[in-house]
Amino acid sequence: MIRVENLHKYFGELEVLRGINTNVKKGEVVCVIGPSGSGKSTFLRCLNLLEMPTKGEIYIEGLSITDPKNDVNKLRQRMGMVFQQFNLFPHMTAVENLTLAPIKLKGLSDREAREKAVGLLEKVGLSDKADVYPAQLSGGQKQRVAIARALAMDPDIMLFDEPTSALDPEMVGEVLEVMKQLAQEGMTMVVVTHEMGFAREVGDRILFMDEGIIAEEGTPDVIFNNAQNDRTKAFLSKVL
Amino acid sequence: MERAAEILSQYYPYLLNGLKITVLVTLVSGALGTAIGLVLALMRLSRVTPFKFLVNTHLYKRNNKFIVGLAHFNPLSFIARIYIEVIRGTPTMVQLVIFAFIIFVNSDSRFMIASVAFGINSGAYVAELIRAGIQAVDKGQMEAGRSLGLSYGMTMRYVIIPQAVKNILPALANEFIVLLKETSIVGVIGLDDLVRAGNIIRSRTYDAYVPLLTVAAIYLCMTLTLSNLLARFERRLRKSD
Repeated sequence: MIRVENLHKYFGELEVLRGINTNVKKGEVVCVIGPSGSGKSTFLRCLNLLEMPTKGEIYIEGLSITDPKNDVNKLRQRMGMVFQQFNLFPHMTAVENLTLAPIKLKGLSDREAREKAVGLLEKVGLSDKADVYPAQLSGGQKQRVAIARALAMDPDIMLFDEPTSALDPEMVGEVLEVMKQLAQEGMTMVVVTHEMGFAREVGDRILFMDEGIIAEEGTPDVIFNNAQNDRTKAFLSKVL
Repeated sequence: MERAAEILSQYYPYLLNGLKITVLVTLVSGALGTAIGLVLALMRLSRVTPFKFLVNTHLYKRNNKFIVGLAHFNPLSFIARIYIEVIRGTPTMVQLVIFAFIIFVNSDSRFMIASVAFGINSGAYVAELIRAGIQAVDKGQMEAGRSLGLSYGMTMRYVIIPQAVKNILPALANEFIVLLKETSIVGVIGLDDLVRAGNIIRSRTYDAYVPLLTVAAIYLCMTLTLSNLLARFERRLRKSD
């Protein structure tokens, strides 16, 4: 579903990604872990071109996303993204946050879009918050609305960029719960996270990134119990 | 006191007429300035780089300063910046007399000249207000819009601009207040605004106190009213946050 070949990214002189190769299969949940500055978020942001790769190829279902012939906006409609800082639209209610893109891009009527949005809010446990502005929501509620907003476009793939890192500890669980449910429904997910418990339990495959490359990858069992790479071991011994 | 009443009752039509001119010049130039400012701000924020293809050249890759600069050169932004720097770097009075006695020397509508000159002047300041207001919107908002598949233009229109307006409107209203006071120099090109009306009354009556203090009081009334309205408006904007 996603194929990444020899992905490099420079910020000026700094080489943040130094040749990433990987595949994500349909329905797979891939968790990306690693120390700060290892390039995890940059890698994720390259997948939907929030960052332009300097070199290399990324294919989404066989379509090269860096090819100017392919419409980036169309490709992005198929990939939902959830941000660390939620990035809800503060001037819109929860339901308006969910309906904006479907109305403008898929031509849904206001009523159709609203019905669908209310259904999604119910799914993330926030049906009573439909007409509330983001400022009145807690961090965990904001992030759940943000997940619902991404789902409103019916994406094939969901990208999560440290979705629980900006949350108070007591709110992490409710967000992870929603993500877990999504994974069980068969959504293809790439999750950059520091939640090792989540990665171990929900992830099908773990990518350990360090200094701009995938230093080691494997099933949660291999990575967490039987890591081969010294840097993986050193990292895990610090965070577990 | 009697003398004051006598002067004002006899000459108030001058003041009324002057007030009308002052208010009209402010409104017309304010509207013009807002329109110019919006265009300039969008030019400043645009991402038009016609020489971008140079990125693929050898000299660019070797970090040749000139080529790198040219590849990222945005002519629209450059033009807007020159406009803004020139207008903000020269006195309004000088701009006004240049418009009246050089550019529009053959025009006899002083009202039009004053409105255009102040509109062009105000546009430079408004441009920076609008640009700052747009840039103050968190950049995660643009990313969120784009990640949903919305185009740059759609994200601007539905996500960024509505939030930027909240930042911009109070500053824009303030610009109107400044403009109202700044137009008091239009007398130098012979337009009979409020200040000039006061001066005319002074020369007719040989009394400086009554007409000039009256003029000052009228200005003060207007600016206090406007800033009061503005303060109320800002309170209302904050409530919705």
